[in-house]
Amino acid sequence: MSQLIKGNAIVADEWTRVIPPIYGDEPVRKQAGKVVMFKLHGEDTFTQKQIDGTEIPATGKVLLPLPVWLAKKESLASRMAAGEIGIVLQTHEPIENLVAAFRDLNSLPVIAVYVEKFADGRNFTLGNLLRTRYDFKNELRAVGDIMRDQLFFLKRSGFDSYEIKAGRNAEEAIASLNDFTQPYQGGVNDVPVWRRIDRSQA
Amino acid sequence: MYKYDKIDHQLVSERVAQYRDQTRRYQAGELTEEEFRPIRLQNGLYIQRHAPMLRIAVPYGMLSSIQLRKLADIAKRYDKGYGHFSTRQNLQLNWPKLEDVPDILEELASVEMHAIQTSGNCIRNITTDQFVGVAPDEVVDPRAIAEIMRQWSTFHPEFALLPRKFKIAVSGTTNDRAVVQMHDIGMEFFKNKKDELRIKVWVGGGLGRTPILGTVIHENLKWQHALSYCEAIIRTYNMHGRRDNSYKARIKILVKSLGIEIFKQQVEEEWAHLKDGPLTITQEELDRVSAYFEPMPYEKLEVHDASFDTAVASNPAFASWVKRCTHPHKKDGYRAVTLSLKPHGKAPGDATSEQMDIVADLADAYSFGELRVSHEQNLILADVELADLFDVWEKAREHGLATPNIGLLTDMICCPGGDFCSLANAKSIPIAEAIQMQFDNLDYLHDIGDIELNISGCMNACGHHHVGHIGILGVDKDEEEFYQVSIGGKQGNDASLGKVIGRAFAADEMPSVVEKLIEVYLKERTAEERFIDTVRRIGADPFKAHVYAEKEAA
Ligand code: SF4
Repeated sequence: MSQLIKGNAIVADEWTRVIPPIYGDEPVRKQAGKVVMFKLHGEDTFTQKQIDGTEIPATGKVLLPLPVWLAKKESLASRMAAGEIGIVLQTHEPIENLVAAFRDLNSLPVIAVYVEKFADGRNFTLGNLLRTRYDFKNELRAVGDIMRDQLFFLKRSGFDSYEIKAGRNAEEAIASLNDFTQPYQGGVNDVPVWRRIDRSQA
Repeated sequence: MYKYDKIDHQLVSERVAQYRDQTRRYQAGELTEEEFRPIRLQNGLYIQRHAPMLRIAVPYGMLSSIQLRKLADIAKRYDKGYGHFSTRQNLQLNWPKLEDVPDILEELASVEMHAIQTSGNCIRNITTDQFVGVAPDEVVDPRAIAEIMRQWSTFHPEFALLPRKFKIAVSGTTNDRAVVQMHDIGMEFFKNKKDELRIKVWVGGGLGRTPILGTVIHENLKWQHALSYCEAIIRTYNMHGRRDNSYKARIKILVKSLGIEIFKQQVEEEWAHLKDGPLTITQEELDRVSAYFEPMPYEKLEVHDASFDTAVASNPAFASWVKRCTHPHKKDGYRAVTLSLKPHGKAPGDATSEQMDIVADLADAYSFGELRVSHEQNLILADVELADLFDVWEKAREHGLATPNIGLLTDMICCPGGDFCSLANAKSIPIAEAIQMQFDNLDYLHDIGDIELNISGCMNACGHHHVGHIGILGVDKDEEEFYQVSIGGKQGNDASLGKVIGRAFAADEMPSVVEKLIEVYLKERTAEERFIDTVRRIGADPFKAHVYAEKEAA
C-alpha cells in the first residue's frame, strides 16, 4: 500500500527512492555522551564507498541522492533526458549545490527533501526557497521522518506531495493538510491574513 | 488589550481539535513517546517530576479579569488550586493530567487564551515591559507590533521546528525593563529625529549554559520591516544553527561562532529577498491592531489627592507599601500597582485560585478590568487612581498580596527548580523561602534597599541567575545539591553578567552567605549606592574575602 499523499489523496508511487547501502563501519558520532542525530550544514552525506556501492535500478523512475547523481551523472544522461530521474536533497546539503548541478531545475520532474528526524525543520526552509527563490515548479516531495503533524507546515512551505513514514496511517493523515482554515502568516502560496481578507470586518 | 476576532477564535479552536487528536493518537499508541514529545512541547506540556506541567501563554504579560478568573477556575478544577507565574510572563500549572489537557485548552479558548508555542523549539511567547502603555519613560507602546509579531509567529510554517527555542522581547522605554539584550531577538522601539518609529534590533542574547548579552544587528530598522527582518534572521538560524548539540543550538552560539559581521551579512543577503515583499507591515494593519491598545478612558485628575496624601502621612505601613509597590504613571493622579507574589516563606510567583479571583476583582473595581504579569513574577494593576490606592492596599493585604518588598531582597526571581522540574540539579524554592525567612524584617529590608536576587535550579537559567545582582545556581556535586553564587549581574540598559565568587555552598549555608554579602555592602556603601553599584565600584574581592574567610576560620 502506498504511503504517498498527493493532491488530497493516496496515490501510487511511480518513483523508486534509491538509498545507498550502509556498511556498518562508520563510527557513531557522539557529543556529550549522546549520539549526534543531525548532520550539520555542508557535511558529507555519504562516503565514497557508499556512493560507489549504490545500485540504481536499470529501468523506471528513480529518485537519486544528490551526491549519487553527481558521481554518476554521465552514465545517466539519457535517463535524465527521458524524465526518469528526480533528486533527493537532504536537509543539511546546501541548496546551492543542487541549484548549481542543473542548468534548469525544472528539468527535474521531482525534488524530494529528506529529513532524518521529525524535529529537523530545515526542510521547511528548503521547500520555501525552492519555490520562491529558485522557482521550482514541479513536484516537491517531503520524505523521511514524515508524519501527519508536519503536513500543514510542509504544504505551506511549498511541498505538494508527502511520503508518510512506514507504519503510520497515511489515509487519516490527509485531513491534517487542512488543520487550519485561515493561518495568520503568509506561506509559499498565500500572503499574510491581513492581506488575504479584510479583518476589520472579521 | 487585544481582542479576538473570528480569525483568532477559529484558529485557536482548530488548534484544540488538532491537539485533542494528537493526544488521542498518543494514548492509542499511534505516536511513540519520542514522537509525541515535540508535539506536546509545542503546546507547553512538559512531563515533570510528579505530573505534567502545562504552560499557558500570556502574550506580553497582558490579562483581562475574565481570563484571570478562568485561570483561577482551571487551577481549582484541574490542578491543586494554585498556579505559578513564570519569568516568561506565562502561567504554569504543576499538576494537570495529560488526558485533561485538551479540555483545559478548550476552556482557555473560551477566554481567548491558549498554550501554543509556550515550549519546544519554536518562537515562544513575546515578552515586554510590565508597565507598557503606562510608564512615564515610554517612548513607544510596542504592543501593536508585538501582537502583529505574535500572530506572524503562531504556527509559522517555516519555523515550526527550529534548532532550539527562540525568544523575542520588545521594549519601547528609555530604561529597558524587558531585558532585550537577554533574548534571541530583542527589539527596542524608539523615535528618530524626524519622529518616525524605528527599531534597534539585538540578536544572540540568552542565558543558559553559555550566557551572552545580545549584539546590535540593526541600529535603525523601519517598523514596516519588523517581520521581514526577523524572518531573515530566523531563516538564517534555521539553516545554520547547530542541531547536532542541543547545548550549542541557540542562535547566540551561531552568532558568536560566525561573528556579528558575517552573521549580519548573511541576514542582509537573505533580507534582500524578503524586504518590501508581502511581509511588509502596512499602515492599515498597524492601525487596526493599534486600536486595541488605545489609552484607557482615564479621568482628568489632579497630581495630588488629599485623602491619599493623608493616608500616606498617617499610616507608615501603607506608606512603605506605596513606596515599594506603586509606580509612576504617565497620567496625573494614577499609579501602577505591583501585587507582590513574594510573601515571605512562599514559593515566589505562586498564586492561589482565591488570590487570582481577588486580583480579578481588584482589576475590575480599580483598573479597567485588566492586569499584567511581570517577568519578576508579580501581578500588576496598571491604572489605579491615587484615591483608590488605600482600598486596594487593604484588600490586597487581606489576601497576602501586599508585601511591601517590590525591588527588595525578598522580591526574588526563582524558577520551579527541583521540586517540580525534571531538569533541575537542585531545589530552588526552599532556598528562596529560607532567604526570605532570614530577611523577614521589613525595616532591615528597606535599609538594604534595591537589590535583585535570582535563583535557578540548573544551567537552563529560567530564574535568570546570571543577571541577578546576586545570582544563585543549583549544581549537582556527587548527587548532592549545592549552590553556586555569583554577584554583579544586572538587567537593563547597562546589563552585565554576574561572576561566580568561588566554590559552591550547601543549602543550609545559603541564608548566611547572602547575609554576609549584604554585610559587606552595608559596610562599604556610600549614601547613594545600591548593592550593584557597590559591587561595581569595589569589585568582588571584598565580598569573597568576607564570605569565605569566616567559613575557613570556622
Ligand atoms: S532553571 Fe533548570 S531547574 Fe529551573 S525551571 Fe529551568 S530547567 Fe528547571
